[in-house]
Amino acid sequence: MAKKASAPSRKTSKAAKAKKKTARRKPRRPSATKATPPPAPSAEFVWRRKDLLGLDELTAQEIVHILDTAESFREVSTRSIKKVPALRGKVVALMFFEDSTRTRMSFELAASRLSADTVLFTAKGSSVTKGETTVDTARNIAAMGVDIMVVRHSQSGAPHLLARSLPSISVINAGDGSHAHPTQALLDIFTIRQRLGRIEGLKVAIVGDIAHSRVARSNILGLRKLGAEVIVVGPPTLVPRAITAMGCQISHDLDDVLPEVDVINMLRIQFERFEASQFPSLREYHIQYGLTGERLKSCNPNVLVMHPGPINRGVEITSEVADGPNSCILQQVTNGLAVRMALLYLVSQGSE
Amino acid sequence: MKQLLNADQVQTALETLYQAILADIPADLPFAVVGIRTRGETLAQRIATRLADDHPDHFVGVGVLDIGFYRDDLSRRRGAPLVRATEIDFDLDGAWVLLIDDVLQTGRSIRAALQALLDFGRPKTIRLGVLIDRGGRELPIAADFVGASVDVPDGKRIQVHLAETDGEESVCTVKKD
Repeated sequence: MAKKASAPSRKTSKAAKAKKKTARRKPRRPSATKATPPPAPSAEFVWRRKDLLGLDELTAQEIVHILDTAESFREVSTRSIKKVPALRGKVVALMFFEDSTRTRMSFELAASRLSADTVLFTAKGSSVTKGETTVDTARNIAAMGVDIMVVRHSQSGAPHLLARSLPSISVINAGDGSHAHPTQALLDIFTIRQRLGRIEGLKVAIVGDIAHSRVARSNILGLRKLGAEVIVVGPPTLVPRAITAMGCQISHDLDDVLPEVDVINMLRIQFERFEASQFPSLREYHIQYGLTGERLKSCNPNVLVMHPGPINRGVEITSEVADGPNSCILQQVTNGLAVRMALLYLVSQGSE
Repeated sequence: MKQLLNADQVQTALETLYQAILADIPADLPFAVVGIRTRGETLAQRIATRLADDHPDHFVGVGVLDIGFYRDDLSRRRGAPLVRATEIDFDLDGAWVLLIDDVLQTGRSIRAALQALLDFGRPKTIRLGVLIDRGGRELPIAADFVGASVDVPDGKRIQVHLAETDGEESVCTVKKD
């Protein structure tokens, strides 16, 4: 545990430093960023990156460019022929060193709608169990002629390592340890923008296990860059104090926060990462931090309820709320496809 | 930048293009107009407005095509400008479809547009109308309706300016960047 914990915390402080820098710079030219509406500069903007490793390295303009491109790809999924030839002849390797169903299928479908070929690597039953290092595994697969690698790994920073080791290949981070999950954050932000029409000025609560959540970290980075306010909510054992360095507020009282927010993003309680000391029981967690129909009544009637999935019904969210009119959980999944199509297309065009 | 056509000449070219279309439009088929972003979209809107007046019974709609995902130079390009959505919210099956672009040169945009269009349905006929034909074809593609043909050397690029997008009407040549 000690070893595992040190890697993400180093990452966090690095990200926090970068955030501080932008936070300090921001007040100097608020009028400049406010005066220009996001779609206009995006039309002139040209994407240059070959990798997508995290939202910490992206500018607000780059994030808006991804969202706008995803908007165009959403239309493709509504056609009778749900395919465009943009990535014809390209090979996308899905490198899943850690298990995932939803993200993997989403990327797989996204690649096939762009006419790319996909190959799947999973750590289970592979050469990894025979002792091969991550970089060697990736180099071998790259040697077969791969253009883009989508990487999910339990170790924070693994996609960055692969991007450095394989300069001719595009790498997309599909979740690394407790560090970052940029594509999830982008689809969350895309869904908020679609439902509420803007990001700037919104108040977003992220509720749950903030300490272990790569979804929370990436969401905070992206939302802050686009001008939203973020409040992270959870028991003190699951909310590191240092998270405020990323520009968000902390609360330990969900009922206190609910009436003032526009969006509630409920994180999954990850049983597998818990230690007994972090909270007494699931029942107690549910009582204090579970989003119930009763709690929802204290919210703004148009509040948007999100969840990155998979849901633990009756723990962090009740069925009544998850399936209710404020929920956009399935819309998030649908939008995930468009956002991932956009990212595969953009990195394939990038050249740093 | 050198001006090839002034506002009046652009108007004349547009009228020539429109009359050619009008003479060919079928009396018994549903027809649609689809413009290629960005200037083709503007021209398609103008042409569709007039066609809908002249032949209201068979007009099914006007759409806009972004060929960004269909280009044949995607693998050689560096950087990705924004690709916008394609908007064709009517049925193309069995229709007479008029494809509109501002300038025809290599024919590669038209090839991409045909592929994109065919992903939306199976039109009975597709016809191509362009405001300017400048020669220099690299593919066996020809326009059915042309507003004006001009002779421009290879190293120059043609820019069409339209009131809706540029605040003025003209056709100019600029040095290729």
